[in-house]
Amino acid sequence: MIRLNNIHKSYEMGSSSLHVLKGIDLHIEQGDFVSIMGSSGSGKSTLLNILGMLDNYDNGTYHLSGNLIANMSEKKAAKLRNEMVGFVFQSFNLISFKNAMENVALPLYYKGVPRKKRNLIALEYLDKLGLKEWANHMPNEMSGGQKQRVAIARALISQPKIILADEPTGALDSANSYEVMDILREINDDGITVIIVTHEHDIAAMTSQIIRLNDGRIHEIIRNGELKQFQKEYIHGLETA
Amino acid sequence: MFDIDIWQEILATIKKNKMRTFLTGFSVAWGIFMLMILLGSGNGLSNGVAANFMNDAVNAMWIWNGETTIAYEGMKTGRPISFQNQDQDIVSKVSGVGASSGRYFMGNTRYSYGKESGEYTTITCQPALRDVENLILNEGRFINQIDILQNRKIVVIGTDIKTALFKDSTALGEYVNINMVPFKVVGICSEPGSTRNRNAYMPLSTAQMIFNGSNKIHNLALTINASTLEESQAIEEQIRTALGKKHKFDPKDEGAIGLYNKLENYIQTMKIFQAIKIFIWIIGIGTLIAGIVGVSNIMLIVVKERTKEIGIRKAIGASPSSVIGLILLESIMITTIAGYIGLVLGTGLMEMINYFMMQSAVPATDQSETIFMNPTVDINIAVYSTLLLIIAGAFAGYIPAKRAASIKPIVALRDE
Ligand SMILES: Nc1ncnc2c1ncn2[C@@H]1O[C@H](COP(=O)(O)OP(=O)(O)OP(=O)(O)O)[C@@H](O)[C@H]1O
Ligand SMILES: [Mg+2]
Repeated sequence: MIRLNNIHKSYEMGSSSLHVLKGIDLHIEQGDFVSIMGSSGSGKSTLLNILGMLDNYDNGTYHLSGNLIANMSEKKAAKLRNEMVGFVFQSFNLISFKNAMENVALPLYYKGVPRKKRNLIALEYLDKLGLKEWANHMPNEMSGGQKQRVAIARALISQPKIILADEPTGALDSANSYEVMDILREINDDGITVIIVTHEHDIAAMTSQIIRLNDGRIHEIIRNGELKQFQKEYIHGLETA
Repeated sequence: MFDIDIWQEILATIKKNKMRTFLTGFSVAWGIFMLMILLGSGNGLSNGVAANFMNDAVNAMWIWNGETTIAYEGMKTGRPISFQNQDQDIVSKVSGVGASSGRYFMGNTRYSYGKESGEYTTITCQPALRDVENLILNEGRFINQIDILQNRKIVVIGTDIKTALFKDSTALGEYVNINMVPFKVVGICSEPGSTRNRNAYMPLSTAQMIFNGSNKIHNLALTINASTLEESQAIEEQIRTALGKKHKFDPKDEGAIGLYNKLENYIQTMKIFQAIKIFIWIIGIGTLIAGIVGVSNIMLIVVKERTKEIGIRKAIGASPSSVIGLILLESIMITTIAGYIGLVLGTGLMEMINYFMMQSAVPATDQSETIFMNPTVDINIAVYSTLLLIIAGAFAGYIPAKRAASIKPIVALRDE
């Protein structure tokens, strides 16, 4: 599904250049539930943005469902994003002058779904996330957890193959964080690939695969079996702390 | 792309951003409104002055006799020049001279009909005078060529004379005594732009025969065919030369004959108005540019403000063209509606002023020389300037919108 081969990415800043991703090789299969961890500045967000075609890479190859993602026109990238991926951001990124339902319905607008129909579908998704009564509220009338659930509904409505979430729980308290993670788990149970970036071990421990980045390289990948070990170590770490 | 959805999307955006919409709209509406008022006032001014000129034919010329002021071929200054019938032929032969009428002044003459009588001015003339002075015939006819040839004793009287002598009874076909000589009334006339219609018109040949016996004339009224100041001055020059040759005076002698060239005056005045019009246009274009700059500025700010929103839209699948379309259509819609409002208010105000001027002009029976008339704007100019503003607004929005639409979504999303 996702196939990264020796991906490099640098940011140009005036005369100097910052080499952020230094050769990433990665396979992610359809239906995986992946978290990306690593210290601040290690390139997690950069990697996720490349996966979501929000940003381009300098070297290497990126195949998404067999398509090479490189030198695409913005138009084609927009179409692929619309069909393939749903984004959930740390800062929600809802459109402030649209109510919850309109925000959720927006991806369908770009798919060409008629207004009445897309609003109905949006209501369905809001209902799934327990936000039916909030459909007509503006983003600034909602709590962080509610906003993030609206954002998730928006990411889901176009029935993407992948959900990309950059620190989806970063702005939420633990109760809300777990709620969001439960939702993401359910989404993953439906067969959608979910990739999240997180700092928090307990959040990462809820996924089935952890990718640890260190200084622009993949430091280690902890998979299912080892994950039990990771969880044990983590809980042990908590107990000793 | 032009489905109802995009309009609903735009309408929703406008509804949620009232201040921004108002500012854009106001700057457009104001620009168009001011332009309409400026152009309307300019038109009103020049229409008013042009109408004053129309009281006589604009190409009218009057020539009258005087005394020499320049010594010529050994003759002293102060020699009186007098015109005869032949002088009219001389002037008529000058190329560019149209219709002409000789005039012989009889001074005040006593008109009587039955018991009524009064003193009125008698103008003796030929048929062409009607065209030169734009006389309005209310009843009957004016003097014709047969009257001249047969020295008919007929008269065309002004409306005031008719009222004074005949009251409500018909005057046409009746005989009035003019200095005790009976003349048949064939027409009743009035002068444009005048409240005093106390002149009577009589065939020149008849007057010369009955009241004077000679072939003397005092004055020539004529029309000339010229379209430029230079042409009309050349005709004037030729007339002076022709008459100078006949009466032996220096063609440069301004005193020997008097000459009033209305066309020259008209052209000069129109030149001034041309200048005023150009001035108004410059101010108008300035206003328009101010409007365009206003719209451009707001569009720049709008695109800047919406960068993040654009990033979000792109992240969830908006194509660059849909982003550009969204911003441009919004701008075009606002400028069109606002431009239309400015147009309606501006032209409406000028039409209203026009309406009230027409109303108040009625009781004054157009005796006053109005300097302001029909202050309205050519609808084409109004529509074109609105279109220009709309296009400029769209263009001003297009460049930043295109830039915003083509940057990487992640850059747009990062914008705070
Ligand atoms: N647009 C940019 N221009 C220049 N440098 C950038 C840009 N975006 C990120 N960087 C730099 O690249 C490096 C990696 O950034 P990235 O956002 O991927 O880190 P991260 O792992 O997500 O960190 P964090 O946990 O703090 O979010 C950082 O040093 C950052 O300063
Ligand atoms: Mg980050």
